[in-house]
Amino acid sequence: MSGSIQDTFFEECEDLLEAMDEGLTAIEGGEHDQEVVNAIFRAVHSIKGGAGAFGLDELVGFAHKFETVFDELRSGKLEFDTALIQLLLRSSDHLADLVANARDGGTTDQAHHDVLIEALAKYIPEEEEDLTFEPMGLSGAFAPEPIMDDSEKTFEIRFHPLKEMYGTGNEPFFLFQALSELGELSVRLDDSELPGFDTIDAEESYLAWNLTLITKDSQDSIEAVFEFVEGLCELTISSDADPAEEADALAALNAAFGTDAEPTADAGQPDPFEQPAPAKEAEVSAPVEEKASLPKTETAKTEQRGPKPTLRVDLERVDRLINAVGELIINHSMLAQQIANLDAGDVRDVETELEGFKNLARDIQEGVMSIRAQPVKPLFQRMARIVREASSATGKTAKLVTEGEATEVDKTVIERLSDPLTHILRNAVDHGIEKPEGREEAGKDKAGEIRLSASHRSGSVCIEIRDDGAGVNRPRVKQIAIDKGLIPENAELTDSEIDNLLFLPGFSTAKEVSNLSGRGVGMDVVKNAVTGLGGRINISSTPGKGSTFTIILPLTLAVMDGMVVSVADQTMVVPITSIVETMRGSDEMINNLGADGTLLSIRGNFVPICDVAGALGLRQCHDQPPGVYLLVETETGQRSALAVDDIFDQRQVVIKSLDGVCGNIPGVAAATILGDGKIAMILDPESIIAASPSAAAFDTERRISNAIAS
Amino acid sequence: MQSQAEVKQVDHEVKHTQFSEFVSFSVAGQAFCLKITQIREIRRWSPVTILPHAPSDVLGVMNLRGAVIPIYDLSARFGLEQTEASERNVVIVVAVHGKQVGLLAESVSEIISINPEEIQDTPQVDSRNTMEYIQGIISHNESMVRIINLDAVITAPEQVLL
Repeated sequence: MSGSIQDTFFEECEDLLEAMDEGLTAIEGGEHDQEVVNAIFRAVHSIKGGAGAFGLDELVGFAHKFETVFDELRSGKLEFDTALIQLLLRSSDHLADLVANARDGGTTDQAHHDVLIEALAKYIPEEEEDLTFEPMGLSGAFAPEPIMDDSEKTFEIRFHPLKEMYGTGNEPFFLFQALSELGELSVRLDDSELPGFDTIDAEESYLAWNLTLITKDSQDSIEAVFEFVEGLCELTISSDADPAEEADALAALNAAFGTDAEPTADAGQPDPFEQPAPAKEAEVSAPVEEKASLPKTETAKTEQRGPKPTLRVDLERVDRLINAVGELIINHSMLAQQIANLDAGDVRDVETELEGFKNLARDIQEGVMSIRAQPVKPLFQRMARIVREASSATGKTAKLVTEGEATEVDKTVIERLSDPLTHILRNAVDHGIEKPEGREEAGKDKAGEIRLSASHRSGSVCIEIRDDGAGVNRPRVKQIAIDKGLIPENAELTDSEIDNLLFLPGFSTAKEVSNLSGRGVGMDVVKNAVTGLGGRINISSTPGKGSTFTIILPLTLAVMDGMVVSVADQTMVVPITSIVETMRGSDEMINNLGADGTLLSIRGNFVPICDVAGALGLRQCHDQPPGVYLLVETETGQRSALAVDDIFDQRQVVIKSLDGVCGNIPGVAAATILGDGKIAMILDPESIIAASPSAAAFDTERRISNAIAS
Repeated sequence: MQSQAEVKQVDHEVKHTQFSEFVSFSVAGQAFCLKITQIREIRRWSPVTILPHAPSDVLGVMNLRGAVIPIYDLSARFGLEQTEASERNVVIVVAVHGKQVGLLAESVSEIISINPEEIQDTPQVDSRNTMEYIQGIISHNESMVRIINLDAVITAPEQVLL
């Protein structure tokens, strides 16, 4: 039970950290809006509150310090400056680490932790620092330490839950149970608001409770019980026992600290976090509400913080649905084919209905797919941190500018993009951006800029990482490749071919191995990750101006548009995204080159022909000239003509992974099930060309791997 | 692993119930059998989709209600001649290593009940493959039926094919 609540807490933490990052990014961008500061404060506060409940002391302690600084900022006692913003950014990173450590059981970098605590403490006024922290306090961070004495006090508590409280699954009984553990509790139900049966709204909350608690504990402990329904109920707590002494002492404390914490947390307090206000009010810091509203807001400034209801669903369920919809579409095609083959007279009516069925199925499919689609924003926000860390580790100044954060991509793609992006960005800082002095010499701004953008581009997602650094040092890259024996010494490579050498396994350009990059796991890992997602990665670079990595990814991993072709009597599918043009060939278009090379002439250009059947080992002899050519472009910009026997149709196909069915087959990316129930291979043009002997001579990678082999 | 445990469990049961049921079928003219609990279904052969660069004993893949399952030619797997698959042949779908695979056989013969005590160890022969693939032999209607060791015939998923 507690495990699952803890899981929920960590899930919420993800959202809260995201909100915090978002706010900090806004502040870094010069937006010192009160609302932004409040948003961050709330996020940190909620993390602290939850962490306190689970006894994560280290996290609580740090969050408290962090939060206090924000409270100072909020109350205008502290002004933003560059150093502070940097510190806050570091602290937010550290907070994320602490959360991750608490979740995954890692260990904290104690030195770093202490440094940050100390740095934060500098911004916190002395007297507040002296206060002992009470993590569960409803009255926020600065409540004076309650006076503890052994005498029993009587608290009158009025508790009126709002209907939202029931909506979040809270149960008054458990709250009362928790209270009764503190002391002697008597509960009276107040049903005066209850209307008659004819007017009752079953979902409304009419009941209130008047509780009397006799306890030795402080008011804080009582408030702690109501921590999780904060903002979801109307709550008044008043202590009427032993009034004189305590009130005096409190008054004295209040005077000393200038805070207005009173024994009764009544609704008139100015601080939005301390008032148990109805949930409709936007500023309530109830964690449950923030969970719903924060991830959806575009920026804290522009969008109303209204709760937009969201639903957490087990990903597996969505996947099952996606599979079922995929089957539905296959089933439709099968049905259509059966009807077409039917020897019945007039099937037009049936076909019309079938068309409607098809449209519905497509609608469902799109709907289900959109469940999995998520904006890249959280991913991009994490990347800001990577750049920050990388630049401080290398002593360079670089800032990340993100664009198109609202672009939605399949969840799995987002998850699996994290590592390659991290790697590219680290490389961009480590190798791309020059040292500040170097930049000034080159007449550039001292701070480097890395632009991370996402956009939809004709059925695929394009992610671009552009830095304004020095660009690829081509002579050096080539020399390294030669030194490492990756290419022969006399290799003549074009600029783009040299740039793409970076993606070769075991290539690392760093002169010395640094902490960040150059650990031998190079860009080939990035490339594998991207191709593993069915995507392509390309690099282009201008010396002195910078480099651009372009990652093209399919919108979804489950369905794609394919061209249905036939190859050696087998039906196969070629991804539409890689096809530039299709044409029916004739004898005069084919030109022989040397012993086994054939070129196709297209409007005066000669493109190497790659026989798909041959490359797949399905047919060896070239006696019958294939009928149709698919002009494809590889990621290096190299064009090839794939020769197939015939071309049938263009249609959406559901991708079925061949993992576990058989190992990796060169030239085949996956499989799909066609309308007739038959399985068709989905081809991977890139690797077909690599596997084709006649095209090999034109492909850098092949040439290079030949060189390795020899 | 799972199926191994299954097999052990079945063996255990066999001792108590005395008889267990096997499905016998013919491959390249020889009689083989599999425990009935290992078999998911038996289908008529229909042309499969060829897997490029596949070894000769892997015929291709087949659509089994939306799942892509590989089909092996048992005969080629045992080192016998390749089966010329036709409509008369059958595909025996078995579950092994938590996956489903299809095995092409000439034809299914019958279900036979075997007393575990009747199972004889495979006699020592030269062929290593045979020793590995055959768990034991039984005499049924005066002919020899070979019990297939499915775990050995179909290796774990990561080793399949490549």
